[in-house]
Amino acid sequence: MSVTLEDVHYIAKLARLSLTEQEATQAQQDLNKILSYMDELNQIDTSSVEPLEHVFDFETRLRPDTPEAPVPHEDALRNAPDADSDYFRVPKVIE
Amino acid sequence: MSSDKEATIDHPDFEAVIGLEVHAQLQTKTKAFAAVESEYGEAPNTQLTPLCLGHPGTLPQVNEELIHYTVKMGLATGCDIAKRSIFARKNYFYPDLPKGYQISQYETPICFDGEIEITLPTYKKRIGLTRIHMEEDSGKSLHDQDPYHSLIDLNRAGSSLIEIVSEPDIRTPQEAYAYLTRIRQIVQYLDICDGNMEEGSLRCDANVSVRPRGQKAFGTRTELKNMNSFRNVEKAIQYEIDRQIALIQDGGEVMQETLLWDPNAMTTRSMRSKEEAHDYRYFPEPDLPPIVLDEAWLHSVKIALPELPDVRRARFIEQYSLGIDDAMTLTDQRALADYFESLVEASGDAKASSAMVLSNVLRVLNERGWSIEQFPLTSSELAQIIALKRDGKVNSSAQTTLFMELVNRAANSALDPTSKAKGVNIEDLAKELDLIQVSDDSEIEPFVDQVIAQHPEEVARYKEGKTALMGFFMGQVMKVSRGQANPELAQSLLRKKLD
Repeated sequence: MSVTLEDVHYIAKLARLSLTEQEATQAQQDLNKILSYMDELNQIDTSSVEPLEHVFDFETRLRPDTPEAPVPHEDALRNAPDADSDYFRVPKVIE
Repeated sequence: MSSDKEATIDHPDFEAVIGLEVHAQLQTKTKAFAAVESEYGEAPNTQLTPLCLGHPGTLPQVNEELIHYTVKMGLATGCDIAKRSIFARKNYFYPDLPKGYQISQYETPICFDGEIEITLPTYKKRIGLTRIHMEEDSGKSLHDQDPYHSLIDLNRAGSSLIEIVSEPDIRTPQEAYAYLTRIRQIVQYLDICDGNMEEGSLRCDANVSVRPRGQKAFGTRTELKNMNSFRNVEKAIQYEIDRQIALIQDGGEVMQETLLWDPNAMTTRSMRSKEEAHDYRYFPEPDLPPIVLDEAWLHSVKIALPELPDVRRARFIEQYSLGIDDAMTLTDQRALADYFESLVEASGDAKASSAMVLSNVLRVLNERGWSIEQFPLTSSELAQIIALKRDGKVNSSAQTTLFMELVNRAANSALDPTSKAKGVNIEDLAKELDLIQVSDDSEIEPFVDQVIAQHPEEVARYKEGKTALMGFFMGQVMKVSRGQANPELAQSLLRKKLD
Protein backbone atom coordinates (compact mmCIF):
# COMPACT_ATOMS: atom_id res chain seq x y z
CA MET A 1 0.00 0.00 0.00
CA SER A 2 1.50 3.29 -0.94
CA VAL A 3 0.46 6.88 -0.35
CA THR A 4 -0.22 9.03 -3.39
CA LEU A 5 0.25 12.79 -3.54
CA GLU A 6 -3.53 13.00 -3.67
CA ASP A 7 -3.74 11.15 -0.35
CA VAL A 8 -1.25 13.58 1.17
CA HIS A 9 -3.31 16.58 0.11
CA TYR A 10 -6.50 14.98 1.39
CA ILE A 11 -4.97 14.25 4.81
CA ALA A 12 -3.47 17.73 4.92
CA LYS A 13 -6.85 19.25 4.23
CA LEU A 14 -8.50 17.25 7.00
CA ALA A 15 -5.80 18.49 9.37
CA ARG A 16 -6.10 22.06 8.05
CA LEU A 17 -2.47 22.08 6.92
CA SER A 18 -1.34 23.88 3.82
CA LEU A 19 1.64 22.21 2.16
CA THR A 20 3.80 23.38 -0.70
CA GLU A 21 4.34 20.84 -3.48
CA GLN A 22 7.84 20.23 -2.12
CA GLU A 23 6.53 19.63 1.42
CA ALA A 24 3.83 17.35 0.03
CA THR A 25 6.39 15.26 -1.83
CA GLN A 26 8.53 15.03 1.30
CA ALA A 27 5.49 14.02 3.38
CA GLN A 28 4.59 11.39 0.80
CA GLN A 29 8.05 9.84 1.09
CA ASP A 30 7.94 9.96 4.90
CA LEU A 31 4.50 8.41 5.09
CA ASN A 32 5.47 5.65 2.69
CA LYS A 33 8.52 4.87 4.80
CA ILE A 34 6.35 4.61 7.89
CA LEU A 35 3.85 2.42 6.10
CA SER A 36 6.48 0.08 4.75
CA TYR A 37 7.74 -0.35 8.30
CA MET A 38 4.13 -1.14 9.28
CA ASP A 39 4.09 -3.77 6.52
CA GLU A 40 7.11 -5.34 8.14
CA LEU A 41 5.35 -5.36 11.54
CA ASN A 42 2.26 -6.82 9.93
CA GLN A 43 4.19 -10.00 9.13
CA ILE A 44 4.05 -10.92 12.78
CA ASP A 45 1.02 -12.97 13.76
CA THR A 46 -0.84 -10.99 16.43
CA SER A 47 -4.16 -12.80 16.19
CA SER A 48 -3.92 -13.98 19.80
CA VAL A 49 -2.79 -10.61 21.22
CA GLU A 50 -5.26 -8.11 22.70
CA PRO A 51 -4.92 -4.64 21.16
CA LEU A 52 -2.95 -2.28 23.39
CA GLU A 53 -4.51 1.15 23.62
CA HIS A 54 -2.25 2.52 26.31
CA VAL A 55 1.34 1.83 27.22
CA PHE A 56 0.71 2.10 30.94
CA ASP A 57 -1.38 -0.53 32.57
CA PHE A 58 -3.77 1.43 34.72
CA GLU A 59 -7.38 2.44 34.70
CA THR A 60 -9.07 5.79 34.66
CA ARG A 61 -9.37 7.56 38.00
CA LEU A 62 -12.86 8.99 38.25
CA ARG A 63 -13.52 12.53 39.40
CA PRO A 64 -16.38 13.40 41.79
CA ASP A 65 -19.19 15.39 40.17
CA THR A 66 -18.39 18.53 42.13
CA PRO A 67 -18.18 21.91 40.42
CA GLU A 68 -15.16 24.16 40.75
CA ALA A 69 -14.88 27.83 39.84
CA PRO A 70 -14.98 28.53 36.09
CA VAL A 71 -12.51 30.68 34.23
CA PRO A 72 -13.70 34.31 34.52
CA HIS A 73 -15.67 35.32 31.44
CA GLU A 74 -13.23 38.08 30.40
CA ASP A 75 -10.24 35.76 30.76
CA ALA A 76 -12.00 33.11 28.67
CA LEU A 77 -12.45 35.54 25.79
CA ARG A 78 -9.06 37.25 26.16
CA ASN A 79 -7.01 34.93 23.94
CA ALA A 80 -9.59 34.77 21.17
CA PRO A 81 -8.63 36.35 17.84
CA ASP A 82 -12.05 37.97 17.79
CA ALA A 83 -14.87 38.30 20.32
CA ASP A 84 -17.60 40.68 21.41
CA SER A 85 -18.50 41.17 25.06
CA ASP A 86 -20.41 37.87 25.20
CA TYR A 87 -19.34 35.59 22.39
CA PHE A 88 -16.39 34.30 20.44
CA ARG A 89 -16.66 35.67 16.93
CA VAL A 90 -15.65 33.49 13.97
CA PRO A 91 -16.06 33.78 10.23
CA LYS A 92 -19.62 32.94 9.19
CA VAL A 93 -19.94 29.15 9.21
CA ILE A 94 -23.09 28.92 7.11
CA GLU A 95 -24.64 31.41 4.71
CA MET B 1 -39.26 -11.64 19.35
CA SER B 2 -41.32 -14.09 17.33
CA SER B 3 -44.41 -13.04 19.27
CA ASP B 4 -44.07 -9.47 18.04
CA LYS B 5 -46.58 -8.46 15.45
CA GLU B 6 -45.20 -7.15 12.22
CA ALA B 7 -46.66 -3.78 11.37
CA THR B 8 -45.44 -1.89 8.33
CA ILE B 9 -46.30 1.32 6.55
CA ASP B 10 -49.56 1.48 4.69
CA HIS B 11 -48.26 0.86 1.17
CA PRO B 12 -48.94 -2.10 -1.14
CA ASP B 13 -45.44 -2.43 -2.62
CA PHE B 14 -42.93 -0.94 -0.20
CA GLU B 15 -41.91 -1.10 3.41
CA ALA B 16 -39.69 1.27 5.36
CA VAL B 17 -36.69 0.51 7.55
CA ILE B 18 -35.85 3.05 10.24
CA GLY B 19 -33.09 3.32 12.82
CA LEU B 20 -32.78 6.14 15.35
CA GLU B 21 -29.80 7.77 17.01
CA VAL B 22 -30.83 9.60 20.14
CA HIS B 23 -28.56 11.94 22.06
CA ALA B 24 -29.53 12.55 25.67
CA GLN B 25 -27.90 15.30 27.69
CA LEU B 26 -27.16 13.97 31.15
CA GLN B 27 -28.09 15.97 34.22
CA THR B 28 -24.69 15.66 35.80
CA LYS B 29 -23.73 18.72 37.83
CA THR B 30 -20.46 19.17 36.00
CA LYS B 31 -19.27 18.51 32.48
CA ALA B 32 -18.08 15.12 31.25
CA PHE B 33 -14.34 15.79 31.54
CA ALA B 34 -14.07 19.15 33.33
CA ALA B 35 -15.14 20.07 36.88
CA VAL B 36 -17.28 23.04 35.91
CA GLU B 37 -21.04 23.40 36.02
CA SER B 38 -23.10 23.00 32.90
CA GLU B 39 -26.47 24.64 33.44
CA TYR B 40 -28.88 25.44 30.63
CA GLY B 41 -29.57 29.14 30.15
CA GLU B 42 -26.55 30.75 31.85
CA ALA B 43 -24.86 33.85 30.37
CA PRO B 44 -22.73 32.88 27.33
CA ASN B 45 -19.16 31.74 27.89
CA THR B 46 -19.32 31.77 31.69
CA GLN B 47 -19.09 28.02 32.34
CA LEU B 48 -15.65 27.29 31.04
CA THR B 49 -12.34 25.80 32.03
CA PRO B 50 -9.11 25.86 30.03
CA LEU B 51 -10.03 22.32 28.88
CA CYS B 52 -13.38 23.44 27.41
CA LEU B 53 -11.47 26.19 25.62
CA GLY B 54 -9.02 23.72 24.11
CA HIS B 55 -5.99 25.32 25.71
CA PRO B 56 -2.72 23.42 25.36
CA GLY B 57 -1.58 21.31 28.28
CA THR B 58 -5.02 20.64 29.68
CA LEU B 59 -6.09 17.10 30.48
CA PRO B 60 -9.56 15.55 30.76
CA GLN B 61 -10.79 13.86 33.93
CA VAL B 62 -13.78 11.53 33.76
CA ASN B 63 -16.83 12.54 35.79
CA GLU B 64 -17.87 9.50 37.85
CA GLU B 65 -21.55 10.39 37.39
CA LEU B 66 -21.12 10.21 33.60
CA ILE B 67 -20.26 6.54 33.99
CA HIS B 68 -22.93 5.99 36.63
CA TYR B 69 -25.79 7.57 34.64
CA THR B 70 -24.82 5.79 31.43
CA VAL B 71 -24.67 2.43 33.17
CA LYS B 72 -28.10 3.13 34.72
CA MET B 73 -29.51 3.66 31.24
CA GLY B 74 -27.79 0.52 29.98
CA LEU B 75 -29.14 -1.61 32.82
CA ALA B 76 -32.64 -0.19 32.42
CA THR B 77 -32.66 -1.18 28.75
CA GLY B 78 -31.28 -4.68 29.19
CA CYS B 79 -27.84 -3.89 27.78
CA ASP B 80 -24.67 -5.83 28.41
CA ILE B 81 -22.21 -3.60 30.25
CA ALA B 82 -18.59 -3.62 29.15
CA LYS B 83 -16.32 -4.32 32.13
CA ARG B 84 -13.60 -2.51 30.26
CA SER B 85 -14.12 0.16 27.64
CA ILE B 86 -12.10 3.03 26.26
CA PHE B 87 -12.72 6.52 24.99
CA ALA B 88 -11.88 7.49 21.42
CA ARG B 89 -11.11 10.71 19.63
CA LYS B 90 -13.41 11.77 16.84
CA ASN B 91 -11.53 14.33 14.84
CA TYR B 92 -13.15 17.25 13.03
CA PHE B 93 -12.80 20.98 12.92
CA TYR B 94 -15.75 23.15 13.78
CA PRO B 95 -15.66 26.40 15.77
CA ASP B 96 -17.93 25.07 18.52
CA LEU B 97 -15.38 22.33 19.27
CA PRO B 98 -12.18 24.14 20.27
CA LYS B 99 -10.08 21.04 20.89
CA GLY B 100 -10.47 19.93 17.28
CA TYR B 101 -11.80 16.57 18.41
CA GLN B 102 -14.69 15.20 20.40
CA ILE B 103 -14.04 12.64 23.11
CA SER B 104 -16.42 9.81 22.34
CA GLN B 105 -16.45 6.02 22.23
CA TYR B 106 -16.00 4.00 19.10
CA GLU B 107 -15.12 0.31 19.13
CA THR B 108 -15.96 -0.41 22.75
CA PRO B 109 -19.19 1.32 23.82
CA ILE B 110 -19.85 0.98 27.54
CA CYS B 111 -23.35 -0.50 26.94
CA PHE B 112 -24.43 -2.73 24.05
CA ASP B 113 -27.07 -5.24 22.89
CA GLY B 114 -30.09 -3.90 24.73
CA GLU B 115 -33.73 -3.51 23.83
CA ILE B 116 -36.67 -1.24 24.41
CA GLU B 117 -40.27 -2.38 24.35
CA ILE B 118 -42.67 0.00 22.67
CA THR B 119 -46.45 -0.01 22.98
CA LEU B 120 -48.69 0.93 20.08
CA PRO B 121 -52.48 1.00 20.09
CA THR B 122 -52.82 -2.57 18.80
CA TYR B 123 -49.51 -4.27 19.47
CA LYS B 124 -46.23 -4.27 21.37
CA LYS B 125 -42.81 -4.63 19.86
CA ARG B 126 -39.19 -4.82 20.96
CA ILE B 127 -36.67 -2.51 19.33
CA GLY B 128 -33.06 -3.63 19.62
CA LEU B 129 -30.40 -1.25 20.92
CA THR B 130 -27.06 -1.61 19.21
CA ARG B 131 -25.18 0.46 21.74
CA ILE B 132 -25.19 3.31 24.22
CA HIS B 133 -21.96 5.24 24.40
CA MET B 134 -20.65 8.30 26.23
CA GLU B 135 -19.38 11.47 24.66
CA GLU B 136 -19.05 15.18 25.20
CA ASP B 137 -21.34 17.83 23.72
CA SER B 138 -20.22 20.68 21.47
CA GLY B 139 -20.77 24.39 22.08
CA LYS B 140 -23.50 26.37 20.38
CA SER B 141 -23.15 28.47 17.25
CA LEU B 142 -25.43 31.40 16.49
CA HIS B 143 -25.56 32.16 12.78
CA ASP B 144 -28.26 34.81 12.59
CA GLN B 145 -27.19 37.44 15.12
CA ASP B 146 -24.41 39.06 13.14
CA PRO B 147 -24.31 39.48 9.33
CA TYR B 148 -20.61 38.71 8.95
CA HIS B 149 -19.82 36.33 11.78
CA SER B 150 -21.02 33.26 13.59
CA LEU B 151 -21.09 33.72 17.35
CA ILE B 152 -19.91 30.93 19.61
CA ASP B 153 -21.03 30.09 23.14
CA LEU B 154 -18.94 27.31 24.63
CA ASN B 155 -20.94 26.78 27.84
CA ARG B 156 -22.31 23.51 26.50
CA ALA B 157 -18.95 22.38 25.12
CA GLY B 158 -17.88 19.29 27.03
CA SER B 159 -21.24 18.62 28.71
CA SER B 160 -22.03 14.96 29.25
CA LEU B 161 -24.03 13.18 26.58
CA ILE B 162 -25.01 9.65 25.79
CA GLU B 163 -25.85 8.41 22.34
CA ILE B 164 -28.41 5.63 22.11
CA VAL B 165 -28.29 3.81 18.78
CA SER B 166 -31.16 1.54 17.77
CA GLU B 167 -31.08 -1.42 15.44
CA PRO B 168 -32.92 -0.83 12.15
CA ASP B 169 -35.96 -2.51 13.71
CA ILE B 170 -38.41 0.35 13.36
CA ARG B 171 -40.91 0.04 10.52
CA THR B 172 -43.29 3.00 10.75
CA PRO B 173 -43.16 6.67 11.78
CA GLN B 174 -45.59 5.79 14.58
CA GLU B 175 -43.16 3.22 15.95
CA ALA B 176 -40.41 5.85 15.83
CA TYR B 177 -42.61 8.19 17.85
CA ALA B 178 -43.43 5.46 20.36
CA TYR B 179 -39.74 4.57 20.66
CA LEU B 180 -38.76 8.17 21.38
CA THR B 181 -41.45 8.72 23.97
CA ARG B 182 -40.33 5.49 25.59
CA ILE B 183 -36.74 6.70 25.77
CA ARG B 184 -37.91 9.97 27.26
CA GLN B 185 -39.94 8.08 29.82
CA ILE B 186 -37.00 5.89 30.82
CA VAL B 187 -34.48 8.75 31.15
CA GLN B 188 -36.99 10.69 33.23
CA TYR B 189 -37.68 7.70 35.48
CA LEU B 190 -33.94 7.21 35.92
CA ASP B 191 -33.58 10.92 36.62
CA ILE B 192 -30.59 11.20 34.29
CA CYS B 193 -32.00 13.61 31.65
CA ASP B 194 -34.98 15.96 31.60
CA GLY B 195 -36.09 14.60 28.20
CA ASN B 196 -36.94 18.01 26.77
CA MET B 197 -36.60 17.82 23.00
CA GLU B 198 -37.49 21.47 22.36
CA GLU B 199 -34.61 22.62 24.57
CA GLY B 200 -32.29 20.08 23.00
CA SER B 201 -31.70 17.82 25.98
CA LEU B 202 -33.00 14.99 23.78
CA ARG B 203 -31.96 15.07 20.13
CA CYS B 204 -32.85 12.58 17.46
CA ASP B 205 -31.42 11.71 14.05
CA ALA B 206 -33.17 9.13 11.88
CA ASN B 207 -31.80 6.77 9.25
CA VAL B 208 -34.55 5.98 6.77
CA SER B 209 -34.67 3.65 3.77
CA VAL B 210 -37.39 1.86 1.83
CA ARG B 211 -37.36 -1.48 0.01
CA PRO B 212 -39.84 -3.48 -2.06
CA ARG B 213 -41.90 -5.79 0.12
CA GLY B 214 -40.27 -9.18 0.40
CA GLN B 215 -36.76 -7.89 -0.31
CA LYS B 216 -34.23 -8.73 2.40
CA ALA B 217 -31.49 -6.25 1.52
CA PHE B 218 -31.87 -2.69 2.81
CA GLY B 219 -32.37 0.15 0.37
CA THR B 220 -30.05 3.17 0.31
CA ARG B 221 -30.63 5.23 3.44
CA THR B 222 -30.73 8.92 4.11
CA GLU B 223 -30.05 10.54 7.46
CA LEU B 224 -32.58 13.05 8.80
CA LYS B 225 -31.53 15.80 11.17
CA ASN B 226 -32.95 18.91 12.78
CA MET B 227 -36.16 17.44 14.14
CA ASN B 228 -36.72 19.27 17.38
CA SER B 229 -39.96 17.74 18.60
CA PHE B 230 -41.42 14.26 18.87
CA ARG B 231 -44.13 15.08 16.34
CA ASN B 232 -41.56 16.50 13.93
CA VAL B 233 -39.66 13.22 14.03
CA GLU B 234 -42.83 11.37 13.07
CA LYS B 235 -43.70 13.85 10.31
CA ALA B 236 -40.18 14.06 8.90
CA ILE B 237 -39.87 10.27 8.67
CA GLN B 238 -43.27 10.00 6.98
CA TYR B 239 -42.27 12.72 4.51
CA GLU B 240 -38.97 11.00 3.76
CA ILE B 241 -40.59 7.58 3.24
CA ASP B 242 -43.08 9.09 0.79
CA ARG B 243 -40.31 10.98 -1.00
CA GLN B 244 -38.14 7.88 -1.42
CA ILE B 245 -41.01 5.71 -2.67
CA ALA B 246 -42.12 8.36 -5.17
CA LEU B 247 -38.52 8.76 -6.35
CA ILE B 248 -38.05 5.02 -6.93
CA GLN B 249 -41.41 4.67 -8.64
CA ASP B 250 -40.38 7.45 -11.02
CA GLY B 251 -37.35 5.41 -11.94
CA GLY B 252 -34.97 7.46 -9.78
CA GLU B 253 -32.43 6.33 -7.19
CA VAL B 254 -32.11 7.35 -3.55
CA MET B 255 -28.80 9.12 -2.84
CA GLN B 256 -27.08 8.49 0.47
CA GLU B 257 -27.09 11.95 2.02
CA THR B 258 -27.93 13.97 5.09
CA LEU B 259 -31.20 15.87 5.01
CA LEU B 260 -32.41 18.67 7.23
CA TRP B 261 -36.06 18.78 8.25
CA ASP B 262 -37.68 22.17 7.80
CA PRO B 263 -40.60 22.23 10.26
CA ASN B 264 -42.15 25.34 8.69
CA ALA B 265 -42.12 24.13 5.10
CA MET B 266 -42.77 20.55 6.28
CA THR B 267 -40.14 19.26 3.86
CA THR B 268 -36.57 18.04 3.97
CA ARG B 269 -33.67 19.66 2.17
CA SER B 270 -30.22 18.41 1.41
CA MET B 271 -27.46 19.56 3.74
CA ARG B 272 -24.62 21.05 1.76
CA SER B 273 -21.80 18.54 1.85
CA LYS B 274 -20.20 19.59 5.10
CA GLU B 275 -16.54 18.78 5.52
CA GLU B 276 -15.02 16.01 3.47
CA ALA B 277 -17.74 13.42 3.93
CA HIS B 278 -17.42 11.88 7.39
CA ASP B 279 -13.79 11.01 7.88
CA TYR B 280 -13.38 11.31 11.61
CA ARG B 281 -10.15 9.31 11.92
CA TYR B 282 -11.12 7.80 15.27
CA PHE B 283 -8.30 6.60 17.46
CA PRO B 284 -8.04 5.62 21.15
CA GLU B 285 -8.03 8.71 23.37
CA PRO B 286 -4.46 8.87 24.66
CA ASP B 287 -5.33 11.17 27.59
CA LEU B 288 -7.76 8.76 29.23
CA PRO B 289 -6.88 5.27 30.42
CA PRO B 290 -9.53 2.54 30.10
CA ILE B 291 -12.66 2.57 32.23
CA VAL B 292 -12.81 -0.58 34.27
CA LEU B 293 -16.00 -1.47 36.13
CA ASP B 294 -16.08 -4.00 38.90
CA GLU B 295 -18.87 -6.47 39.54
CA ALA B 296 -19.70 -5.17 43.03
CA TRP B 297 -20.19 -1.62 41.77
CA LEU B 298 -22.35 -2.79 38.88
CA HIS B 299 -24.46 -4.77 41.28
CA SER B 300 -24.92 -1.77 43.55
CA VAL B 301 -26.11 0.34 40.60
CA LYS B 302 -28.48 -2.40 39.55
CA ILE B 303 -30.18 -2.79 42.91
CA ALA B 304 -30.47 1.00 43.27
CA LEU B 305 -32.37 1.37 39.98
CA PRO B 306 -35.75 3.02 40.53
CA GLU B 307 -38.98 1.25 39.70
CA LEU B 308 -39.35 1.48 35.93
CA PRO B 309 -42.58 2.42 34.12
CA ASP B 310 -43.70 -1.12 33.20
CA VAL B 311 -43.25 -2.41 36.71
CA ARG B 312 -44.91 0.62 38.21
CA ARG B 313 -47.86 0.32 35.84
CA ALA B 314 -48.37 -3.31 36.81
CA ARG B 315 -48.17 -2.37 40.48
CA PHE B 316 -50.74 0.44 40.05
CA ILE B 317 -53.17 -2.01 38.44
CA GLU B 318 -52.66 -4.47 41.26
CA GLN B 319 -52.37 -2.17 44.25
CA TYR B 320 -54.92 0.52 43.36
CA SER B 321 -57.30 -1.58 41.24
CA LEU B 322 -56.83 0.70 38.23
CA GLY B 323 -57.73 -0.14 34.64
CA ILE B 324 -54.81 -0.60 32.24
CA ASP B 325 -55.45 2.67 30.36
CA ASP B 326 -55.66 4.70 33.56
CA ALA B 327 -52.54 3.02 34.91
CA MET B 328 -50.70 3.81 31.67
CA THR B 329 -51.70 7.45 31.78
CA LEU B 330 -50.73 7.79 35.43
CA THR B 331 -47.31 6.15 34.97
CA ASP B 332 -46.46 7.86 31.69
CA GLN B 333 -44.38 10.44 33.48
CA ARG B 334 -42.61 9.70 36.69
CA ALA B 335 -43.52 13.05 38.23
CA LEU B 336 -47.23 12.49 37.59
CA ALA B 337 -47.05 8.98 39.03
CA ASP B 338 -45.27 10.39 42.10
CA TYR B 339 -47.94 13.07 42.48
CA PHE B 340 -50.70 10.48 42.22
CA GLU B 341 -49.09 8.28 44.84
CA SER B 342 -48.62 11.16 47.24
CA LEU B 343 -52.30 12.02 46.77
CA VAL B 344 -53.29 8.43 47.50
CA GLU B 345 -51.24 8.58 50.66
CA ALA B 346 -52.69 11.92 51.74
CA SER B 347 -56.30 11.04 50.95
CA GLY B 348 -56.28 7.33 51.73
CA ASP B 349 -58.51 6.83 48.69
CA ALA B 350 -56.98 5.47 45.49
CA LYS B 351 -60.19 5.56 43.49
CA ALA B 352 -60.99 9.19 44.29
CA SER B 353 -57.33 10.13 43.76
CA SER B 354 -57.14 8.59 40.30
CA ALA B 355 -60.44 10.26 39.34
CA MET B 356 -59.13 13.60 40.63
CA VAL B 357 -55.83 13.35 38.74
CA LEU B 358 -57.21 11.85 35.53
CA SER B 359 -60.11 14.22 35.10
CA ASN B 360 -59.37 17.43 36.97
CA VAL B 361 -55.59 17.70 37.19
CA LEU B 362 -54.79 16.47 33.68
CA ARG B 363 -57.47 18.71 32.17
CA VAL B 364 -55.93 21.77 33.83
CA LEU B 365 -52.43 20.72 32.73
CA ASN B 366 -53.63 20.35 29.14
CA GLU B 367 -55.54 23.60 29.11
CA ARG B 368 -52.74 25.65 30.61
CA GLY B 369 -49.85 23.84 29.02
CA TRP B 370 -48.34 23.12 32.45
CA SER B 371 -46.16 20.22 33.41
CA ILE B 372 -47.09 18.44 36.64
CA GLU B 373 -44.14 20.21 38.26
CA GLN B 374 -45.86 23.52 37.50
CA PHE B 375 -49.21 22.43 38.92
CA PRO B 376 -49.75 24.80 41.87
CA LEU B 377 -51.81 22.68 44.29
CA THR B 378 -50.17 20.27 46.69
CA SER B 379 -51.41 16.73 47.08
CA SER B 380 -52.52 17.53 50.62
CA GLU B 381 -54.71 20.36 49.32
CA LEU B 382 -56.30 18.00 46.81
CA ALA B 383 -56.73 15.43 49.56
CA GLN B 384 -58.80 17.97 51.53
CA ILE B 385 -61.09 18.43 48.53
CA ILE B 386 -61.47 14.68 48.26
CA ALA B 387 -62.26 14.49 51.98
CA LEU B 388 -64.98 17.15 51.70
CA LYS B 389 -66.70 15.05 49.03
CA ARG B 390 -66.24 11.81 50.95
CA ASP B 391 -67.73 13.36 54.10
CA GLY B 392 -70.75 14.46 52.06
CA LYS B 393 -69.97 18.15 52.52
CA VAL B 394 -69.72 18.90 48.79
CA ASN B 395 -71.15 17.08 45.80
CA SER B 396 -69.28 16.23 42.58
CA SER B 397 -70.01 19.40 40.70
CA ALA B 398 -69.19 21.54 43.74
CA GLN B 399 -65.96 19.56 44.10
CA THR B 400 -64.96 20.52 40.57
CA THR B 401 -65.93 24.16 41.16
CA LEU B 402 -63.86 24.23 44.33
CA PHE B 403 -60.92 22.62 42.52
CA MET B 404 -61.02 25.18 39.71
CA GLU B 405 -61.32 28.04 42.18
CA LEU B 406 -58.21 26.85 44.02
CA VAL B 407 -56.29 26.43 40.77
CA ASN B 408 -57.26 29.91 39.59
CA ARG B 409 -56.35 31.48 42.92
CA ALA B 410 -53.01 29.70 43.03
CA ALA B 411 -52.26 30.68 39.43
CA ASN B 412 -53.16 34.31 40.14
CA SER B 413 -51.18 34.43 43.33
CA ALA B 414 -48.17 33.21 41.38
CA LEU B 415 -48.56 36.35 39.28
CA ASP B 416 -49.38 38.61 42.22
CA PRO B 417 -47.15 37.98 45.24
CA THR B 418 -49.34 40.16 47.51
CA SER B 419 -52.31 37.84 47.07
CA LYS B 420 -52.91 35.53 50.01
CA ALA B 421 -54.50 32.63 48.18
CA LYS B 422 -52.14 30.08 49.65
CA GLY B 423 -52.80 28.85 53.13
CA VAL B 424 -56.55 29.31 52.76
CA ASN B 425 -58.64 26.83 54.69
CA ILE B 426 -60.33 24.81 51.98
CA GLU B 427 -63.51 24.07 53.90
CA ASP B 428 -63.89 27.78 54.73
CA LEU B 429 -63.45 28.57 51.08
CA ALA B 430 -66.15 26.06 50.16
CA LYS B 431 -68.49 27.78 52.65
CA GLU B 432 -67.60 31.19 51.31
CA LEU B 433 -68.47 30.02 47.81
CA ASP B 434 -71.73 28.46 49.02
CA LEU B 435 -70.55 25.05 47.91
CA ILE B 436 -71.15 23.18 51.13
CA GLN B 437 -73.93 20.74 50.61
CA VAL B 438 -76.80 20.66 53.04
CA SER B 439 -76.92 17.19 54.56
CA ASP B 440 -79.40 17.83 57.29
CA ASP B 441 -82.99 16.66 56.75
CA SER B 442 -84.42 19.59 58.63
CA GLU B 443 -82.63 22.03 56.31
CA ILE B 444 -83.53 20.23 53.11
CA GLU B 445 -87.17 19.67 54.02
CA PRO B 446 -88.23 23.32 53.44
CA PHE B 447 -86.73 23.17 49.91
CA VAL B 448 -88.65 19.97 49.20
CA ASP B 449 -91.87 21.43 50.57
CA GLN B 450 -91.42 24.57 48.54
CA VAL B 451 -90.99 22.61 45.30
CA ILE B 452 -94.02 20.43 46.00
CA ALA B 453 -96.13 23.50 46.76
CA GLN B 454 -95.04 25.32 43.61
CA HIS B 455 -95.74 22.43 41.21
CA PRO B 456 -99.17 20.93 42.01
CA GLU B 457 -99.71 19.77 38.39
CA GLU B 458 -96.49 17.77 38.26
CA VAL B 459 -97.26 16.33 41.69
CA ALA B 460 -100.63 15.13 40.43
CA ARG B 461 -99.12 13.54 37.32
CA TYR B 462 -96.43 11.91 39.42
CA LYS B 463 -99.06 10.39 41.63
CA GLU B 464 -100.83 9.06 38.52
CA GLY B 465 -97.73 7.01 37.83
CA LYS B 466 -95.48 9.39 35.89
CA THR B 467 -92.52 8.55 38.17
CA ALA B 468 -90.01 9.84 35.63
CA LEU B 469 -90.91 13.29 36.99
CA MET B 470 -88.62 12.53 39.95
CA GLY B 471 -85.79 13.95 37.87
CA PHE B 472 -87.74 17.17 37.44
CA PHE B 473 -88.37 17.50 41.19
CA MET B 474 -84.73 16.82 41.96
CA GLY B 475 -83.70 19.48 39.51
CA GLN B 476 -86.05 21.96 41.17
CA VAL B 477 -84.77 21.12 44.65
CA MET B 478 -81.17 21.59 43.51
CA LYS B 479 -82.19 24.86 41.91
CA VAL B 480 -83.90 26.36 44.94
CA SER B 481 -81.11 25.12 47.20
CA ARG B 482 -78.56 26.59 44.78
CA GLY B 483 -77.02 23.19 44.26
CA GLN B 484 -76.32 22.64 47.94
CA ALA B 485 -78.85 19.98 48.84
CA ASN B 486 -77.35 16.56 49.34
CA PRO B 487 -78.95 14.75 46.38
CA GLU B 488 -79.43 11.45 48.15
CA LEU B 489 -81.21 13.02 51.08
CA ALA B 490 -83.29 15.26 48.84
CA GLN B 491 -84.44 12.28 46.80
CA SER B 492 -85.39 10.20 49.81
CA LEU B 493 -87.36 13.15 51.26
CA LEU B 494 -89.17 13.64 47.94
CA ARG B 495 -90.03 9.94 47.84
CA LYS B 496 -91.35 10.04 51.39
CA LYS B 497 -93.61 12.95 50.64
CA LEU B 498 -94.83 11.91 47.18
CA ASP B 499 -95.07 8.11 47.26
